[in-house]
Amino acid sequence: MNIVVTVKQTFDTEAKIVLDGKGNIDGSGVNLVINPYDEFAIEEALKLKEKFGGEITIVSVGGEAATKAIRTALAMGCDKAVRVDDPALADADEWAVAEILGKVVSKLPYDLILSGRIAVDDGSSQVAVRLADALGVPSVSSILKLDIEGTAATVTREIDGGTELIEVKLPALFTAQKGLNEPRLPSMKGIMGAKKKEIAVQSLADAGADPGAVAAKMIVPKLSLPNPRLAGKLIPGEAPDAARELAKLLREEAKVI
Amino acid sequence: MNFELTEDHIMMREMVRDFAETEAAPGSEERDEKEEFPMELWKKCGGLGLTGVTFPEEYDGAGADYISYAITVEELSRVDASLGVTISAHSSLCANPIYIFGTEEQKKKYLAPLARGEKMGAFGLTESMAGSDASGTRTTAVRDGKDYVINGSKIFITNGYYADTYVITAQMDKSKGNKGISAFILEKGTPGFTFGKKEKKMGIRSSATYELVFENVRIPAANLLAQEGQGFKVAMTTLDYGRIGIASQALGIAQGAYEQAMKYAKEREQFGKPISALQAIQFKFADMATSIEAARLLVYQAAFIASEHKIPVSKYAAMAKVFASETANKVTTQAVQILGGYGYTRDYPLERMMRDAKITEIYEGTSEIQRVVIAASILKD
Repeated sequence: MNIVVTVKQTFDTEAKIVLDGKGNIDGSGVNLVINPYDEFAIEEALKLKEKFGGEITIVSVGGEAATKAIRTALAMGCDKAVRVDDPALADADEWAVAEILGKVVSKLPYDLILSGRIAVDDGSSQVAVRLADALGVPSVSSILKLDIEGTAATVTREIDGGTELIEVKLPALFTAQKGLNEPRLPSMKGIMGAKKKEIAVQSLADAGADPGAVAAKMIVPKLSLPNPRLAGKLIPGEAPDAARELAKLLREEAKVI
Repeated sequence: MNFELTEDHIMMREMVRDFAETEAAPGSEERDEKEEFPMELWKKCGGLGLTGVTFPEEYDGAGADYISYAITVEELSRVDASLGVTISAHSSLCANPIYIFGTEEQKKKYLAPLARGEKMGAFGLTESMAGSDASGTRTTAVRDGKDYVINGSKIFITNGYYADTYVITAQMDKSKGNKGISAFILEKGTPGFTFGKKEKKMGIRSSATYELVFENVRIPAANLLAQEGQGFKVAMTTLDYGRIGIASQALGIAQGAYEQAMKYAKEREQFGKPISALQAIQFKFADMATSIEAARLLVYQAAFIASEHKIPVSKYAAMAKVFASETANKVTTQAVQILGGYGYTRDYPLERMMRDAKITEIYEGTSEIQRVVIAASILKD
């Protein structure tokens, strides 16, 4: 069974987000980690490989910094990787990244594709499903359980207030939700072995994508930080008076009712 | 000159730290209290390859360098010094002498399962009359046909009882002193090999420390390690490398205590501000951080030399061990001081860390013996 896993390098979720002078996110000194949801995707791929054999290829769009996430995936047990890196990708949006991933993945043998359900940095949840669309394969999002028999997959996915059971034919794309599995740590041997595994770095041209054809469709005019959380206000007095005062403040000051 | 860790080292540190914090830290207090050996954690260490870090892949090790090993023991000891010494004694004192002195057959039979973590290792050198002075060894080995027959006992043996494979020393010719000592590989379960008293210790209480008893224990001649009469050399070489493990353990204890004290000092308010804002506390942290950094540089330097094999590691390992162990004792004592009354209670891990730190100045060569080793080396130059 050949499996493709898409991986993104993201900020550590505990990182403090700071904007630089130009209003862009300042990534200097921030600890980068593998997107936590991608780890669920990797773990699921490893479990399938243990059961059915085959090869796992990591595909990532990102600069040199993404190498760390890819190496972690290889240390966990994935077999090889493709990283697409091109100066033209500086402003790539979700559509562009999905198009590029589509070009790369379409040249790989695959029975299924696994992705994280969301990246913890920009949180758009778009790339994986757009990739499925680019490849013309079905996708199931936020999966909690995956069983495969032959070319049939039985999937449990999370929906509002419950779960949904879906049957789908492979090849298909699945996005991993927390709860799908418990990602393993890379072992010492895995870490030592990771550097012997191939990470093919491709430009847009290598990937078969025309830079003009994958220009971003979305423009981000401005980024802003959320307002700092203000200290709470304690309303003194007896309950009936305090409640009246609270209602007044909610209407006149907070303007929420 | 480059003081940066490699990407591999950084990934290893993250991996071991993740394991240590999620798996080893939660029960460390209870294991200390109950003197409970961390058997489950040991098995998990095997799964992650922490039981054979420095040994080549052909013997099922990870084939990593000594810095990787130092990082492993340091990160485990940062949350649980007992687990740190369990790995250190297994790797440095049992698997390593088999790797360095063993025949190909011995390595295949004994080293590979040790490296995989399927078997646990221990080392028996110390006796009641042979501590810093190995020439006092009274355990005897006598050649009898195809076997050696061992009689005597060993004390203070880390991983004793739980270990499957033991490297032990015994005297074959008392008139030759240290040159009469030989080293052997001994399997648990061999008739006549039993365990005596379990030590009740001040610290590292969840690591196992037992007496080994040998009554007419027959070991096949194939289990002689190195040549007859080379046991002292085997032991001294083993300890040279072993000291890197204990120095790393001490470093980890110091780092862990420093972080715990820092966290507390930033939260604890007195005189209307966190005590970390008080210069008396700040100066303690400045000294602690400086000592830890110096210890880390000495430990990693010794580890680097142990991997490169260009110059003898003996002096550097002794320097790393004496400095790191004394740092661990100073830092844990100061950390308890910063927490005051709370530091003295078992509600915080600092009192355990202070108890755990003490042994690092004693085992695998006391601080006094480290100074003997260092002095002998520098006066010879």
